[in-house]
Amino acid sequence: MPGQEKILRRRIRSINSTKKITRAMELIAASRIVKAQARVIAAQPYAEGLTAVVANLAAGGAGLTHPLLQGREEVRRVAHVVLTADRGLCGAYNASVLRAAEGELRDHASRGREYSLILVGRKAESYFRFRNYRVDAAFTGFTENPTYEDARAVAAAVSQRFVDGELDFVQLIYTRFISSGRQEVVIRPLMPLEQEPLDVHPDEAPPSGGYEFEPAPDLILDRLLPRYVEARVYAALLNAAASEQAARQRAMKAATDNAEDLIVTLSRVMNRARQDAITTEIMEVVGGAEALRGSRGGADHHALVASDYLPD
Amino acid sequence: MAMEVQLVSPEQVLYKGDADMVITRTVGGGDLAFLPNHAPFLGALAIWPVRILLPDGELRAAVHGGFVEVSNNSVTVLTDVAELREQIDVARATDALERAQRALADNPEDEEAAAALARAQVRLDVAQGPSA
Repeated sequence: MPGQEKILRRRIRSINSTKKITRAMELIAASRIVKAQARVIAAQPYAEGLTAVVANLAAGGAGLTHPLLQGREEVRRVAHVVLTADRGLCGAYNASVLRAAEGELRDHASRGREYSLILVGRKAESYFRFRNYRVDAAFTGFTENPTYEDARAVAAAVSQRFVDGELDFVQLIYTRFISSGRQEVVIRPLMPLEQEPLDVHPDEAPPSGGYEFEPAPDLILDRLLPRYVEARVYAALLNAAASEQAARQRAMKAATDNAEDLIVTLSRVMNRARQDAITTEIMEVVGGAEALRGSRGGADHHALVASDYLPD
Repeated sequence: MAMEVQLVSPEQVLYKGDADMVITRTVGGGDLAFLPNHAPFLGALAIWPVRILLPDGELRAAVHGGFVEVSNNSVTVLTDVAELREQIDVARATDALERAQRALADNPEDEEAAAALARAQVRLDVAQGPSA
């Protein structure tokens, strides 16, 4: 039927334009992965430098009494800092983070702990608000391109509350970027800070040892630990941003491939429909002609042909 | 004889290379200059320009707090916010300076305004100071 062919043609055209869009998004995401990855790498010297300074301070005798280092004996309230994207169209990226976050919420709730939600990304915010969770802070608008200022704002939302004893444990739930082909959702403790870099054994102390400090090590540590938290949040934000782009690129590639497959299948169906329509039309013409002749002559078909075209 | 110097902010490494001397100011208030082969040192920095003296000139950066670590003949400056001379927006810093001064006039106890004032001042110092 010609009607069906027209419908198919329209569908193919619409899939084609969708394909153009997904292809463009795929290419954009691919170029952004490179940039996001470069930012993850660019942030490393600072984080490593801070870790080295912390280790040196510990070796230099800074006390480990800073509130950010103190684990609580009884954990009553846990803060979850959940990092998702502002936008969708990135496959299971947001869903997997949210699933992990909800699992954590349930897990801690079953142990009788209260929760506090700090959300980054519009997707996390709408997800938890829709489900009537109490959202303590939500940050949106920078997930694709986080700056250090953004990290500082997120860290500020939890640091003070942890120091004041309102929160006993803070964890980050985000997607770690391993390579453009591999990312994984991770749950990492943020506060209290792990004392790992501080556990310097005397014989493993930095070889140069014997640092001079100005001001005293404890005072430097006081200033440094909040920076350390911020750097951790910043690294997580950058990882999440790179993962988002990688997930988007993959999702859009799948969409583009899918569109191509659909176009091939639909073109085949359309061609068959067109062929069918032509065949039907020919049959109708032939049938019509025959019927006409039949009514005119009433004679045998072959005789009619012979009498019309053969000379006497 | 030179030493290795790195100026690192969370977002990038602003400078990495050899220098003859690095001048900083710690929160204690004293200026400290590091020459090659300085003894291991760790300090917290004030909101003050960091000057890196190169063989062929000088690099100035507005540094808003941070840390300086010296060991093995290398100086590493770690800071939340560091801006090289050419990255500073003078108009914006001037605006911020005026805004902070007004806020301080209203409320001399305002710590945020005091910090903003210090930041604006260090930016202007670096941007308008003697050039390299």
